[in-house]
This record gives sequence, structure tokens and C-alpha cells, in this order.
Amino acid sequence: MYKAEECKYAKSHEWVHVDGDIATVGISDHAQKEISDIVFVELPEVGKQVEAGKQAAVVESVKSASDFYAPVSGEVVEVNEAVKSEPSLANQEAHGKGYFFKIKLSKPEELDNLMSFDDYKASL
Amino acid sequence: MTQEIKQERKLSIELSSEGARGIKFDKAENSASKYLDKKYLRKEKANLPQIAEFETIRHFTKLSRLNFSIDTHFYPLGSCTMKYNPKSYDMLSALQGFTNLHPLAPDIACQGTLETLYEFEQMLKEITGLHSFTMQPAAGAHGEWTGVLMAQAYHKKNGETRTEIIVPDTAHGTNPASASMGGFSVKTIKSAKDGRLDVASLKEAISKNTALVMLTVPNTVGLFEKDILEIADIIHDAGSLFYLDGANFNALIGNVKPADFGADIMHLNLHKTFAAPHGGGGPGSGVVGVCEKLESFLPVPRIVKEGEIYKLNYNYPNTIGRVKGFHGNIGVILRSYFYLKQHDVDGLKEIAENAIINANYLKEKLKKYFPVYFDYICMHECVLTIDKEKFNGVKTLDIAKRLLDYGYYAPTIYFPLIVPEALMIEPTETEGKKDLDGFIDAMIKIHAEIMDNPDLVKGAPYTMPVKRIDEVSAARNPNMCWSAN
Amino acid sequence: MFISNTKKDKKEMLKTIGVDSFECLLQDIPKKLLNTKMNLPKPLNEMDLVSHIQTQANKNKKVLNFLGAGAYEHFIPSAINAIATRGEFITAYTPYQAEASQGTLQAIYEYQSAICSLFDMHSSNASLYDGATAVCEAVNACVRANGKKKILLSKTLHPHYIETVNTYLANTDIEIVLVDFDNGQVDIKDLETKLDDATSCFVFASPNFLGVLEDGESLQQKVHAKNALLVSVVNPISLGVVATPGSYQADICVAEGQPLGNGMNYGGPHLGIFACKKELVRQIPGRVCGIAKDKEGNRSFVLTLQAREQHIRRERAASNICSNQALCALNAVIYLILLGPEGMKEVGEVNLEKSHKLKDQICQLNGFELKYDAPFFNEFVIKCPKPAQQISDELAKQGILVGYPLNKFDKSLENCLLICATETKSEKDLQTLVNALGGLK
Repeated sequence: MYKAEECKYAKSHEWVHVDGDIATVGISDHAQKEISDIVFVELPEVGKQVEAGKQAAVVESVKSASDFYAPVSGEVVEVNEAVKSEPSLANQEAHGKGYFFKIKLSKPEELDNLMSFDDYKASL
Repeated sequence: MTQEIKQERKLSIELSSEGARGIKFDKAENSASKYLDKKYLRKEKANLPQIAEFETIRHFTKLSRLNFSIDTHFYPLGSCTMKYNPKSYDMLSALQGFTNLHPLAPDIACQGTLETLYEFEQMLKEITGLHSFTMQPAAGAHGEWTGVLMAQAYHKKNGETRTEIIVPDTAHGTNPASASMGGFSVKTIKSAKDGRLDVASLKEAISKNTALVMLTVPNTVGLFEKDILEIADIIHDAGSLFYLDGANFNALIGNVKPADFGADIMHLNLHKTFAAPHGGGGPGSGVVGVCEKLESFLPVPRIVKEGEIYKLNYNYPNTIGRVKGFHGNIGVILRSYFYLKQHDVDGLKEIAENAIINANYLKEKLKKYFPVYFDYICMHECVLTIDKEKFNGVKTLDIAKRLLDYGYYAPTIYFPLIVPEALMIEPTETEGKKDLDGFIDAMIKIHAEIMDNPDLVKGAPYTMPVKRIDEVSAARNPNMCWSAN
Repeated sequence: MFISNTKKDKKEMLKTIGVDSFECLLQDIPKKLLNTKMNLPKPLNEMDLVSHIQTQANKNKKVLNFLGAGAYEHFIPSAINAIATRGEFITAYTPYQAEASQGTLQAIYEYQSAICSLFDMHSSNASLYDGATAVCEAVNACVRANGKKKILLSKTLHPHYIETVNTYLANTDIEIVLVDFDNGQVDIKDLETKLDDATSCFVFASPNFLGVLEDGESLQQKVHAKNALLVSVVNPISLGVVATPGSYQADICVAEGQPLGNGMNYGGPHLGIFACKKELVRQIPGRVCGIAKDKEGNRSFVLTLQAREQHIRRERAASNICSNQALCALNAVIYLILLGPEGMKEVGEVNLEKSHKLKDQICQLNGFELKYDAPFFNEFVIKCPKPAQQISDELAKQGILVGYPLNKFDKSLENCLLICATETKSEKDLQTLVNALGGLK
């Protein structure tokens, strides 16, 4: 759905997939492997303003709670209810049904600060 | 060939039969509807088990036998101080004179307990060098938060607003959590290469905005802060206060008074150094001591002596207030009082001595099998880790589970956070050399298994009432109540 | 005293460690710290300790107790101590290594379940320190859940609970507003005035500190109409007969669980009960136990949802709480199972009856009358012909704790006593109190 090759990435392992002025975000495949079995995803409310680089969600495994930093700024316009009720989706389909939420971009120029798929892969 | 015939363990609700009765009372003459209007009455019977008393005894006795416990097993749990809980204290703390005492009874009717609490405070003052104590906090974390509030009240009284608390990266999770709960932001400083506090980092991090620096001494990798006097000076020169997390006090007791190295506030975990039992998760007690300049902020009531009479005193205008109902976990405090009554200074020194010798002995014997992360003389606990290259993919969790098969509770694992795959071992002073040797033997055998048969270790435990538990599904679909079945 | 090592053991261990003496192991400690002196009394051996402590215990006076006010004298069946003092329960560690702790874990699961059954609530945690801190955690949970910054507390909550909430919220931006009482119950008009869209929750107790039962249903309607959360505080031993918090849609219910199988112990350790609706499960503070399967599919129990807690979230944890009151919760679950639904009904009815009988007998005395014409469980307020504190002092000299003088609670109640009669009070006991009150000058 949100092909890894088409995404841009933050150093902290979040991906962004842009369609017009709506950005879908989630955690990378690498991140989901590191965290391993995800048991809960704490997502922001629709309408919340998120800021690039600031904590916007939390990903829980049995033994850890990892911060998810918004890769771009804007207003949360949709939250993925499926990953809330079935957190394993974030492991199985990190770039598909396991996305986290959608943001209406307020500063599209922030995308220039993110890594391409190739650069992200190289950084790992 | 005989094999154990496994019977499924039942919940008490699954043992229930309609009409079975345990404890009965004589029926009231009138039903509740005589006294209360319908809208105040319970409509349907509670879904509680209906079981005869005998079956309840059997049910819980069988459950108890599924547990490891100090009475049955060695618990080398770092930072938990799982020492022997003396039996006479069970009997003494259960005396009716103590258990039947109402917390709001007039002071004159409570002189036994009040005198005991007062004497306990005097002994703690002597042992720690601090000026006064509160008995109110119910646990270590509760004590930490109490200390955080007192620090804030102190700075406020001095006309200062300080909003930051510093903790090292080796801190127990309750330290930053308590700081946060008190409304502070938390700054974490990285430890030095040798596992101790990095003094340079502290100097850089501390400022006029630092309200409190929270340290554990010895620290959570079992090392004494050699530079503690300099550290205390840095803290005080910045106008900040020094909070001591007393979880590791077992290494210092009888030998060192925290007030002497500059601690302004400290909590003591009575269920650790002071031999109160862990109870499977509580109750504990986190009494808090302070230096003189912080005395007026202590929670109320305080226990005071007027002539020969002991009283509760609420008259402290600068108190931070109450941190819980009534006066504290008195039933737990009594046990620690009994413990101190049985030890003079030499007795206390003996505790620390044996705790420290035991820990260093284990470290020496185990280090060629399990690398010591910081290989220095340790205090009452040491931290080992795995050899990532040689251990065939076996992790600390697997070692912990395999130890259960050998009849040992696992050491503390994955803490402190700065040590990857940490195994923190604290034998305490009540274990003797022959038991330590048994543990060492088991660890060496497990090491051999890691080399020759790693899958065996990865699949442990095998001999417990249950095999390794799937915690992931439990967390994804939590079932916390039998009516969910 | 409790050391197992012999001199020989220590010598051998020091040799293995590679040092000459124990003092070498203290090399990291600055010398001047080690030169300290401590003055402690001569240590007592077990025989002398037992003798000394028995003397101390006897210095606490044995009294005829009609004092409630947050700590209650109830009958504790012997089976509870027989089980709970077993070394396997009492000296066990927190059940982090679940496979070695199935006894404790199943007991906690049964405790959570029994609480949910008794309270008619969806989920319970493994317990908190006490009723006062449970109220604080409930309030924090509400604020986390709906993000609103104003909380309403009924003035009829236990004064210690209100004080503790004040301490907990002192450094936050949460506004605490107290709601008045009228004829012993929440003043609905005052509640309506103070309830608004900024209100996170309303906390009330039933029975409240004055012993009076509240109409949960009418409170629920008002509070939920304003999209606020309803927190009720209950006396668990009343729930065999009294309407449950679930029945009036409480969002969170907390309680002081001491009446369930735990002694008064001069105020602690007690038991903080926390239960809530399904929607608030993720806001539950502290430990929770859940069912799991082991790798062979066997049912087992495990501490779950740990990633909410302090050891994982650290400064971002919802609460700093680490321990629960496991042993006190064990006492409570054994109590609830020993009594069962019928026993809880019996003990509830006996409490109701004793207190109402006592009330009737006292009100026959000249100058004594029931203060509030309102329903009550096992505690009630009596208006007396003299200051309550004087009566309390006089009767204390006769070895009777008559109740809690309410002048400390509210100035308007100077002549009022809060009197409690539980199932432990015999007919003779009631008569003794009535005679003592009647004999006052």
C-alpha cells in the first residue's frame, strides 16, 4: 500500500508516504523487526497538531515502550483503528495495513529533510 | 513406566458448586429491605465462587506450592535484597495488641505502637545520620515521590523555582517516574566508562534549575561511587539537594552513614535491607529520612515524645501534607523494628560484610563463564552479561528461565539499562557459601549447555508448573477477569 | 544473627576473591566515611525480643471499639492467616518470572476477578497502597483519559483522601473543586452548579465519610450528561447488600479494601482497590495480571500490560507505582471466596442490622438523635447533648471508643459523633455502649 521504495524516512525509523497534501506515516520494517512483537500502539487523536521530530505516538512490546516521532508537521486527519485493535499488523505489514495515521501537511518543505529509501537503507 | 499425570489447575470459580458454603454468619433478623430503600440495594448475587472452607484451604495451599519463595529457593535478585525473613517477626507482628489497634484511637491507648515507632525512628537516625524520618510512605517509589515533593517545597520556601531533576542512566525506573509525577522534567546523564557516575557530565548538567539529583549508592551496577564526596559538593554548590535511593543500603549498613557523604533525603526499603517480606509483590514500606533543613516539610503526623508519653503531632505548618491515609504501613515497620532490635553495630556490620563477600565471591567464580561488565571490586551485587559471539544466540532471558529448572530463581535481568543482556546478582548475607557454590555449579552447567546444546537453554524452563509463557498474546488480548472467560 | 557463613567460609571466599581481608573490599569507600560511630542498644536474642515485644503490644489498650472512619474492625476467619502466612506466599518475590510464580499470579488473577464480580466492574488491577492513593490514581486516570483539568470532589469523602489528593495534585495545573453536602448526602444543586464542560470527573463515596449512602443513579445522570467521568469510592464489605458501582455506571470505582480480611494494624498496610470500565483499561495504574498460554498451550498467568509501568516508561509512566499490596490482596480474595455471595450478603445484613439497632437504642436516650434522615450502612452520625470530643474522652476512660468526634470534620458538627457497629459487636456490647452514654453527666 505504502511501498517502502516510495517512502521517505526519518533517522528515528519512521516513514512518510505522500499523496497530495496528505502524508501517511508508520514505522519502518527495520524498526518493527527491532521492537519485535508489538502488543499495543498508542496513537494521537484526530485533530491533534503534531510537530516534526516531536513524540506523537508510542509503540509497546511486552518489554519496551518506544517513542514514535512525527516525521512531518501538521494536523492528524485520520487514525488507523485497525492497528489499534490488531497491533500485530504493525509487524506483519509495516508498510501496509499497519500504518499509524495520516497528517495534513502544514510544512511540505520538511520532506526535504528526510532520507530517501536508498539513503535510509544505507544508514542502517 | 510412571509419568506424572497432569491435572488441569482450576480457578476457584471453576470449583464452585451452587449452594456450597464456606464461612457463615448467623442470619440477621431482618432482610436489608427493612433498612434500605430498593434503589440502594444490590440487585443480583455476586459472581463469587461457592466453595466449602476445606476446598478453599486446599485450593490456596496447592497454589502456594507452585511458587518459588525465599523459604524454598535462593533468589539472587540484584537490587531486591532477598534475605531471610525471620519467622519470629511473623508471630510478633500478628499480636492482637498491634493488629487490632485503630489508627484513630486516642494516643493514650496506643502507647505500645507509638513508643515502638518512635524508637525505630531514633535507631534509623543513628544508622543513617539523618535528622528525622517519616513513616508514612508505603513503598520505595512512594518515598521517592515524597522526597521529590519535599525538595520542591524547600526550594519554594527559599524563593526559588527549580524545575529539573537529574538522574543517572543507571537509575531505577521509579526515580524518573517519581520526578515526573512531582511535576519535574528529568535530565538523564550518561555513566562513565567504568560504570560509575560521570562527574564531568554531572558538572555540565547541573544548574541553578536543578532541584534534586537522585542517586543510588552503591549504584545499580554494584559499584561504590569513589567520588561521592566531590559529587555531593557539586550538588550542594549548585544549590540543589541530594536524594539517595536507599535500595542498595544493604552494602552500607553499619559501615557508612549516608548523611556523612552528603545525602539530604533518603528512603529506605524496609522490605529489602530491613528484612520485611516481599509478600509476592507487597506490602512494603518506604520510610524517608531528611537532614535538618528539610525536617519541617515532612508529611504529618509525626511521632513525638512529651515527657513519658508518645503522641501524634500534626502541627507542622510547612508540611507537604499527607501522602496516604493514616500513618504508614505500620505492620511492615514493626518487623523492621524487631530486626533492628536484634542487631547492634557489629551485627549490622556483619550483614554488610557477608553481603559484600558473597557478591564478590560469585563474581570471581562466574566471570570466566559470564563476562563481568565492570570488572572491579563490587559491593553487595555484581552485573554479568553474555558473550554475544560465543553464546550461540542464547540470551539472558533464556539463562534466567533455565536457572529455574536448576532450582534457582533468576537474577535481575535487563537492568540496569546501560548493560546489554544484564544479569544482576545479589546473593545477600543470609546465603552461605555452600548455597553459593550450588548456584555457581548450576551456572557453570548452564554455560556448558549454552556451548553444547543452546536450543535446550532457549526452550527453558521444562520443570516448572508451566512452560515458557507467551506474553505477547497475553498483552495483545488482555484477559484480567474470570467473567471474560 | 541470620548469617549462614562460618569464619572458615569467609576465609576461603576471600582467598578466591584474591584479597587478604574484608577491609580490602571497602577500598572504594573514602576512609573518613568508614570511621563513623553508631550508638545502638544491646541486641536482643529471640527469647528476649519476644518478651520485650509482648510487653509493648500489651501497652496498646484493649478497647470496646465503635470507631470506623476509614478503618474497620471485622471478623477475620482463621483460614486466611493459615494460607497467607505460608512461606511460599509471604516470602515470594514480585511475580516477574511468571513460570516460578504461578501461585501468586493465579491468586492475583482471582483477586482481580473477585473484585470485578463484587463491584460489577469490567477490570481491576492487582491493587494499590490504600483507599486514599487509589482516589489519587483514579483522578489522574480520568485526567489522562479526557484531558480535562478540573476535578470535583465531594466534601463527604474521607478527609485523608481529600488531603492526599491535594498533595498529589499540588504541582499540577489541575483545579480541585469541592462539592457541598446537604442532609449527609451530595448536594445535587451544588453539584449541578459546579459541573461544566471543563470537568474531568466527580468523585463521591457511598457510604460516605458520614456513613450515608448516595443515590448513585441520579449522580450518574448529572455527571455523564456533562461528559465527565464518575468515580465512586465504596466500602467493599457493604457490596453484598448495597447497590454496586457497576449498577450505576461508575467509570472508575476505588475502595479501601482493609475490611476484607485485613486487620486495622494502626493504619497499615491496607489495600487500595481500583476497578474500571472496559474503555479505561489502558489507563489502569500499577500491576495487572492476565491469562496467558505457555508454549504447550497450558493456561497460565502473567503480569501483563507492563509497558505502561515505571520500569519501562520511566519518566513517561502514568504512575510511579511499583509495588502492589499483594499479601493484603491475598487476604481479601481468600475472604471473598470463604464467604461467597451468600456470606457477603449475610455479613452485609448483619452490619446493617447491628448499626440500625444501635442507632435506635441510642436515640431512645435523652438528648441523642440521628443527625441525618438518610440511608446508612454500618456507620451513622448521632447528634449529642454535649461536645462530641468530651463524650469520646470520657468513654475512652471506661475503655470504650465511642466513635469519631466530627468537630474535626466540620465546625457545624461539633456535637456529633460518627458511630460504627460491625458484625463483631454483640448485643451485650451494644448495651454496654448505650449504658455508658446514658450514664454521662
